[in-house]
Amino acid sequence: MSLGLQTAAYIAAAVLFILSLGGLSNQESAKRAVWFGIVGMAIAIFATILGPQVKIGPLLIIILIIGAVIGTTVAKRVEMTGMPQLVAALHCFVGLAAVFIGINSDLTVVDLAPAEAVIHEVEVFLGVFIGAITFTGSIVAYGKLAGKLDGKALILPGRHMLNLAMVAVTFILLMMYMNHAGSWTLYLMTLIAFVIGAHLVLAIGGADMPVVVSMLNSYSGWAAAATGFLLGNDLLIVTGALVGSSGAILSYIMCKAMNRQFLSVILGGFGTASGPAMEIEGEQIAIDADGVVTALNDAEDIIIVPGYGMAVAQAQQSVSELTRRLKAKGKKVRFAIHPVAGRLPGHMNVLLAEAKVPYDIVFEMDEVNDDFPEVDVVIVIGSNDIVNPAAQEDPNSPIAGMPVLEVWKAKQVFVSKRGQGTGYSGIENPLFFKENTRMFYGDAKASLDQLLQQIS
Amino acid sequence: MIIGVPTETTAGEMRVAMTPSSAEQIQKLGHTCLIQAGAGKNAQFSDADYEAAGVTVVKTATELWKQADVIAKVRPPSTAEAKKLNKDKTLISFAYPAQNQELLDLGKNKGASVVAMDMVPRISRAQKMDALSSMANIAGYRSVIEAGNNFGRFFTGQITAAGKVPPAKVLVIGAGVAGLAAIGTAQSLGAIVRAFDVRPEVSEQIESMGAEFLFLDFDDASDGAETGGYAAPSSPEFREKQLECFRAQAPEIDIVITTALIPGRDAPKLWLKDMVEAMRPGSVVVDLAAERGGNCDLTVMDEKIVSKNGVTIVGYTDFPSRMSAQSSELYSTNIRHLLTDLTPEKDGVIDHNMEDDVIRGATITHAGEITFPPPPPKIQAIAAQKPKAPEKTAEEIATEEAVSLKKAGQKQIGLLAIGGLLMLLVGHYAPASFMQHFIVFVLSCFIGFQVIWNVSHALHTPLMAVTNAISGIIILGALLQIDSGGFIVTLLASVSVLIATINIVGGFMVTRRMLQMFQKS
Repeated sequence: MSLGLQTAAYIAAAVLFILSLGGLSNQESAKRAVWFGIVGMAIAIFATILGPQVKIGPLLIIILIIGAVIGTTVAKRVEMTGMPQLVAALHCFVGLAAVFIGINSDLTVVDLAPAEAVIHEVEVFLGVFIGAITFTGSIVAYGKLAGKLDGKALILPGRHMLNLAMVAVTFILLMMYMNHAGSWTLYLMTLIAFVIGAHLVLAIGGADMPVVVSMLNSYSGWAAAATGFLLGNDLLIVTGALVGSSGAILSYIMCKAMNRQFLSVILGGFGTASGPAMEIEGEQIAIDADGVVTALNDAEDIIIVPGYGMAVAQAQQSVSELTRRLKAKGKKVRFAIHPVAGRLPGHMNVLLAEAKVPYDIVFEMDEVNDDFPEVDVVIVIGSNDIVNPAAQEDPNSPIAGMPVLEVWKAKQVFVSKRGQGTGYSGIENPLFFKENTRMFYGDAKASLDQLLQQIS
Repeated sequence: MIIGVPTETTAGEMRVAMTPSSAEQIQKLGHTCLIQAGAGKNAQFSDADYEAAGVTVVKTATELWKQADVIAKVRPPSTAEAKKLNKDKTLISFAYPAQNQELLDLGKNKGASVVAMDMVPRISRAQKMDALSSMANIAGYRSVIEAGNNFGRFFTGQITAAGKVPPAKVLVIGAGVAGLAAIGTAQSLGAIVRAFDVRPEVSEQIESMGAEFLFLDFDDASDGAETGGYAAPSSPEFREKQLECFRAQAPEIDIVITTALIPGRDAPKLWLKDMVEAMRPGSVVVDLAAERGGNCDLTVMDEKIVSKNGVTIVGYTDFPSRMSAQSSELYSTNIRHLLTDLTPEKDGVIDHNMEDDVIRGATITHAGEITFPPPPPKIQAIAAQKPKAPEKTAEEIATEEAVSLKKAGQKQIGLLAIGGLLMLLVGHYAPASFMQHFIVFVLSCFIGFQVIWNVSHALHTPLMAVTNAISGIIILGALLQIDSGGFIVTLLASVSVLIATINIVGGFMVTRRMLQMFQKS
């Protein structure tokens, strides 16, 4: 295949990728959109393999087959609740590949004009740097999401100075590298970047994970784009830029949903309160399954607010069954999803879809927030901060100003929760003390199954 | 401590302050329970029931008053009963201290602690001990039943073979606990219910019970929050408006239930003689305020009378007592909750903590002193309504929008200018070959930004998975390097190809799996 033909194939692939992302604007076109992506990727890979620069050897084919088999197995096996971990794990591969490609490029000596050589060196350095951060960052994120690492934020003393110092050293190494100090500067920088990546994500608490995952998504895109510059490959640049901006926008949306500054999330640590928290009056009143069933039988309009707790308890099937039975009784049942519910953007939507909850009764925060005063019963399953009225009522609260689902305006609220503890952010939730709130303690799945026994 | 409950001495009082089930709970607090023989008879609880619950049955009242440390009652004690108090005894009952100076003096002189159930403050925490509310709830229900008993027609509208029956129209005046209970009961019997209250903030509660709120167009509406949720006297102008509204209703209303009370005053006259005269024969007025003089001009306390034009006016004051089994059950639970608060350690020792808002509020004499009226509670019962910000006019909104648009525009232009400068800077130093790629890069970023904003929120996870798969495009780099150098280069490139393949295949497969799950109902 000639270089001209290859470029034409790359253009086709790039267009298909854009269509693939654009198609995600609604559920029906999205199903077609994935095929655009798959076809685009196939075109790109075949055009490269068949192109003049690559010789097809048996080794290459074996590697491709092994990779495909592993990828398929992982994709088939993964639980929908484990999606955040999987996404994080896949990001680390892109990061690592970017590091290797950068190092390879340093090893393969090419003669270049001085100006181009400078650019080339910067590209190598930058590609490896971003790739390395993505790699360790994703591994740590994976560990946290999979519960293999402590989810709490690790706050080292002087961590900002530490990061700054490491970046400064990296910069010095870049200067040395450009003055031909040797490849060791690149390797040392790689190690430092590994530390930076791990440290950055370690400092971020579990509740901020949606931002971290989308940020790493963005990084993996930028790493691909940097590699594209390095190799002078436009398709890599286009795709990397698409992915990078996609991740950046997702991070922005997540931050906005939590009313946090992007920088303060990235730099880690939870915002500190500016004054004493508002005192909470009242007590948490518990209720048993019978009480909830009675209220559900009397209710006409019901909204369910799922959160990370539902994912942890694997309760989505029970939720779906409850929804089905309530709907069969002629009740209006809806779901309200906060943008940062769960540990991944859109996490709850995927879980509910897996449990066969039809997507046209699943609504975003802005679509349902005004309806709560007319709702008879709200069931909060395993969410905490996203329904915390302190965000609106208490200016001193660390989450003050964060948009929240105004469930307390409903006639009655049931909160399914494991115990009396606070949420991930450690903030007391005045919702639990409201007069129209009843606490339905217990594991979310066990609690819902109790309800199902009594509702047929 | 020994908790004793004597038989009520007031004529016609059927309730009792302890039931077998409440006794079981009280014993769990470490107390011993006594009851006078036959105390629960009128509320359908036999002595045997009490004994089965572990309560000691005492023959006479004298003996009970002697043995018990805490005496729980329903009605305020008679003078003879109050004289049996001493400094070691605590009395819990309704007391109406504002009208019962004699009891206050006796309690003070004897050094006894007297806890008035009607003085429990109306805060969230104390709801479980709020006997006024639990009794008012029963009174509200019973008032509708009494009205139905005296009303010769159906509540609900029916169309039968024998003709059409219109639904009864019920007017409830005063939407406190009793009023709301009456609204709910009448509503569930099928009547058309209208309701009125001087506190505009209860209109929501009235509507939530299914009744229609009679709205008075009047500016100077009082805010119930200042008076702890109770109504306050209204101005003469307001009263005039209100009566005018009732007068217009009178000819078409079948049943009027009045529940208007103002704490510490006689009941306001709201249903005047001319309104009764305007009602159709056979209509019913139930006056729940009869004990305090009645809301209706013609009400006679404790009696049922029929007016000249055939309107029945019920002035009973013992509605809860007419449902003694139910009301004893609820009242004894209120008492039990109060005892729980008085026994914080659950060790059978009463700790009369005068720092506690609820206990302080309800106690009217303690340790030889009159402690009535109590200081205002530390917690406001109902949050004061915040004044609303004045509504903006359309013009103001338009100008605000224009200003913010202008600002956004300026910001955008600013950003573009900075971006342009940066481009120039890069273009000045970087070689032409780099700039060609750079164009592609910048344009791609723009396309990305435009496309991603349209992605539906619900599809954010599939978006991440698919971008993940696409970022596996890095495989191209590895493919190009695989044959271009020594062993290490080939090794690293091969590993890169492998992991990038996992990424691509895994990413796409998982996206497809996810998207297939999204189904329409």
